[in-house]
Amino acid sequence: MKEFLKPHRIVMALLALVLVVVCVVYLRWDWLAKPKYQALIVTGLIWTIGLTVSTMIIGMVLAIPIGLAQAAGPWYLAWPARMFCTVIRGTPLLMQLWLLYYGLGSLFPSIPWLKDSALWPILRQAWPYAVVALSLSVAGYEGEVMRGAFNGVPHGQLEAGRAMGMPAFTIFRRIWLPQALQRVLPTIGGETVLQLKATPLVSTITIFEIYRVAGQVRQDTFIIYEPLLLLAVIYMALTGLIVLMFRWFEGRTPTRTA
Amino acid sequence: MKKFVIAAVAALAIGSAAQADTLKIGVAAEPYPPFTSPDAAGNWVGWEVDFLGAICKQAQLDCKITPTAWDGIIPALTGGQIDVIMSSMSITAERAKTIDFSDKYYNTPAMVVVSKDSTITPDPEGLKGKIVGVQVSTTHADYTAKYFAPVASEVKTYQTQDEANQDLAAGRLDAIMADSIALDAFLKSDAGKACCKSAGNVKDDPEILGAGVGFGLRKGDPLLAKLNAAIKAVRADGTYDAITKKYFDFDVYGSK
Amino acid sequence: MICPSAAQLSSLELLGFGDCGWGATLVWGLTNSIMIALGAYALGFVIGVCGAFGKLYGGPVGRDLWAVYTTIVRAVPELVLILILYYAVPGLLNELLIRLGHARVELPQFLTGVVVLAFVQGAYQTEVLRGAILAVPHGQIEAARAMGMPPLLVAWRVIFPLMTANAVPGLGNLWLNATKDTALLAVIGFSELTKATQQASSTTKAFFTFYPAAMGLYLVISLVSILLFSRIEKWARRGQRDVRG
Repeated sequence: MKEFLKPHRIVMALLALVLVVVCVVYLRWDWLAKPKYQALIVTGLIWTIGLTVSTMIIGMVLAIPIGLAQAAGPWYLAWPARMFCTVIRGTPLLMQLWLLYYGLGSLFPSIPWLKDSALWPILRQAWPYAVVALSLSVAGYEGEVMRGAFNGVPHGQLEAGRAMGMPAFTIFRRIWLPQALQRVLPTIGGETVLQLKATPLVSTITIFEIYRVAGQVRQDTFIIYEPLLLLAVIYMALTGLIVLMFRWFEGRTPTRTA
Repeated sequence: MKKFVIAAVAALAIGSAAQADTLKIGVAAEPYPPFTSPDAAGNWVGWEVDFLGAICKQAQLDCKITPTAWDGIIPALTGGQIDVIMSSMSITAERAKTIDFSDKYYNTPAMVVVSKDSTITPDPEGLKGKIVGVQVSTTHADYTAKYFAPVASEVKTYQTQDEANQDLAAGRLDAIMADSIALDAFLKSDAGKACCKSAGNVKDDPEILGAGVGFGLRKGDPLLAKLNAAIKAVRADGTYDAITKKYFDFDVYGSK
Repeated sequence: MICPSAAQLSSLELLGFGDCGWGATLVWGLTNSIMIALGAYALGFVIGVCGAFGKLYGGPVGRDLWAVYTTIVRAVPELVLILILYYAVPGLLNELLIRLGHARVELPQFLTGVVVLAFVQGAYQTEVLRGAILAVPHGQIEAARAMGMPPLLVAWRVIFPLMTANAVPGLGNLWLNATKDTALLAVIGFSELTKATQQASSTTKAFFTFYPAAMGLYLVISLVSILLFSRIEKWARRGQRDVRG
């Protein structure tokens, strides 16, 4: 806290406060008062946070076997995993999203029984495609990260486990996985922020998350900057929350001292 | 440092003076056949492109087609990135608060298209509980928001009209609403013929749907008079009808 | 020439360079993408160098300002930043010019795209370069200063060569990010590879021809870039002892 009280920091904080006050007073915020937009912002926030959290979880669950396959698997498991990660990391997420939604969508008319099946209500909506595309993206990037993590756990620990007669799955569950996860916790925190920043792309396949709300306001009122500024503030707040959450996680896991 | 800034700005200004006579015509980057769409070679073709050629020849302007995202085309105009909007933009009072419009150069009704075996009618009763698709930032989106959103189960908005067409063909939507000619082009295409049919035109609401389509210009732009004169001339000397005959077998100017 | 409908053309013809082939459009989009990425990366690198030195050796106010810049850019999605800058950069430039008495200037799309992406790249480059400079053994810098070398000579002779090897992996990742970020420009209508693919596939309805082709092109850029950067890293690490010993 003492650092914050240095003279130049106080001056800059005051200047920032003045800037915020000027923005609040002189820019047009009348659209915020309309309940229609307030409701949209709330729904948008729920979509954004929901997508980020769910795709991170699903993606991580997928990333662990992908990373393990590359670190310790036989060639017929390691190679496909490697190909998957290369393709996901080498192509833009926007293309993957469009290919999944519009590409698969163009196949539907040629499958006549699809409309009567139980899957149809799900395939009709846009969010399953967003979840799948984003989860695969997380799996591709985190698969790489987990590969490095699994490789980085000191071999002595695994050998000791084997020497004790632990079955392979127990070694994985009690030694390898926890240590690997602990090593990459800071990276996963950064990747969660990146995932949050990737969610605006799903607005192009009709999902109404908060980025789309700014577009709606712009379309209705032709106000350009104010919704985008509000959006930037919201994303900064969400990023701050994620960073704080991961710092708390890191505080809870035991770290090697010295 | 200051000298560098002044030199850079001067260079830009000189460069811009050299380009001053080239008019940047903002066209939606998303294909909108048969009015504007890119062909395989990357050239823009369509009724509006031909019409633009006639207007620019008449008014002796050097026009350059500048694809811009439809969603941000009005801010691009007011911000100076383009000089004229020519993208089937309907003349509405709401938009006229921000930009100036030329006289209309075509006016066609709005239509609802549904899948082949559907019984939907183009009014709020017919669309109760259905999923409706429209393109973002259009008068059709506003019309849908006013008349259909209260009764429809969901209104989905798309960046391009084509994406809405695709989702209708894929079965994700029950109905789409857009300009009748653009939807006609879709219904004539292979995908449209196989999947969908027209449910008819919607009841007109000139305040929302606008009084026709015109060029968009910045407020107070002196180019407005030139463009209006050119539109009159092109209609009077038969060029308009000649272009229209190439694409349609009916008059698109509209009676009003 | 009226082209036959896409259903009647084979994939190869659709992708080809004939009269009805979209190959030329895709390659043109690819060239645009690479040029924008190159421009953004180069400009971002310059910003990054200034930022890294500013953060490490600047005064307290400079350090805080750079910290604010990097924090904001890394916390806000690129799409939001791109939109804000896409309207703000030409708008502010024209305001400035009008105040100075000149006419408005029409910024070419390409330049706006480069500036916008460079703004985003600059923040990430600052962090990568800062980390790389911090990894330079401090004793070398102290020795150079003890010899009486002026700061610029220290930077050129000591810091830059030693920092390069540490920076290359991060810089390689940032280059891949730059090439993929150009896809985001499609959402604001720039004609680069993703936009060209969208136009081609929506006009011809041949999704599974164009999207995999375009993804293949992006993959080729990625693989070539990864190869290039690993060669650069080997060159930068010449003379250093291998980790394996």
